Amino acid sequence: MAQSHTAAADDGELHFYVADEHGHAEGGTMLGFWLYLMSDCLIFAILFATYGVLGRSYAAGPSGADLFDLKLVAVNTAMLLFSSITYGFAMLEMEKGDQRMTQRWLAITGAFGLCFIGLELYEFHHLIHEGATPQRSAFLSSFFTLVGTHGLHVTFGLIWLTTLMVQVHQRGLIQANRRRLMCLSMFWHFLDVIWIGVFTFVYLMGSLS
Amino acid sequence: MSARAPVSDELHSDAVHVEVVHDHHEAGHGSRKGYITGFVLSAILTAIPFWLVMAGVFTDPRVTSLVIMAFAVAQIVVHMVYFLHMNARSEGGWTMMALIFTIVLVVIALSGSLWVMYHLNTNMMPTMSPGDMRNMP
Repeated sequence: MAQSHTAAADDGELHFYVADEHGHAEGGTMLGFWLYLMSDCLIFAILFATYGVLGRSYAAGPSGADLFDLKLVAVNTAMLLFSSITYGFAMLEMEKGDQRMTQRWLAITGAFGLCFIGLELYEFHHLIHEGATPQRSAFLSSFFTLVGTHGLHVTFGLIWLTTLMVQVHQRGLIQANRRRLMCLSMFWHFLDVIWIGVFTFVYLMGSLS
Repeated sequence: MSARAPVSDELHSDAVHVEVVHDHHEAGHGSRKGYITGFVLSAILTAIPFWLVMAGVFTDPRVTSLVIMAFAVAQIVVHMVYFLHMNARSEGGWTMMALIFTIVLVVIALSGSLWVMYHLNTNMMPTMSPGDMRNMP
């Protein structure tokens, strides 16, 4: 679909603009992936709405103020924020074509992501150990669904990250791998955006009496 | 495309400019400065709400809620601009259109759910116990 548009300017000069087919296909992938992220955003919107409706139905059980450890949540938030900027640095190294540094930053991103998942699993384990299971109340059901879905996204992001690191190791920073890394970049930053909603609406507002 | 005909005559003249427009968009192409700016802003916008809640700065929880929600919105905008590189130009404006459409849907889903369910709770007949509810037709 390589088109050449010609336009004759007033002074008689001819300008040619040759659209690059390759770049166009890449742009299509980015737009498609963005649309996927928006549909994912709707899933989270529904889970947030569910939490908003059920979040105060404690069934005489523990409330958020009793359960949440804000220091842990703050550390968790920092982990995700650090992983966002280190992924950004990986993308910058990818632009420069430095494969070794790209891999290094991706590994650091993965380490921060693992810390996040580890802390979240520790928190869930702690809650369930205290008897605050998803079956305990509507509040806890919606809490575990919302936060668990986000954690599941991060987990799949980590699997994707590991896969791409193997791909880059085997094939280098070829065009296809750059495209994949850019998709994962959007996915990863998007998850951080969702986490802003989670820590604000669930943890901080839940901790207010 | 009517301007195509005279091309062959002019190709060899100096007045012809051939420009290859690479359709590589800015998506995912940030700068180090941009990422660091976004990170510092996000860190500040995260730290303040945590401090407000953990130190109990405001006595009224409603004030705290409104303030931390404002911080969350600000931080989401920061992430969109500095990390996701959103702007009105990328993909010919289609990413922005999709985003606006999604925001409209999210607002409808959230406010609609809360509104309807709030009224469902308050309009429940006050004398009705869960046992009575079970015997309803």
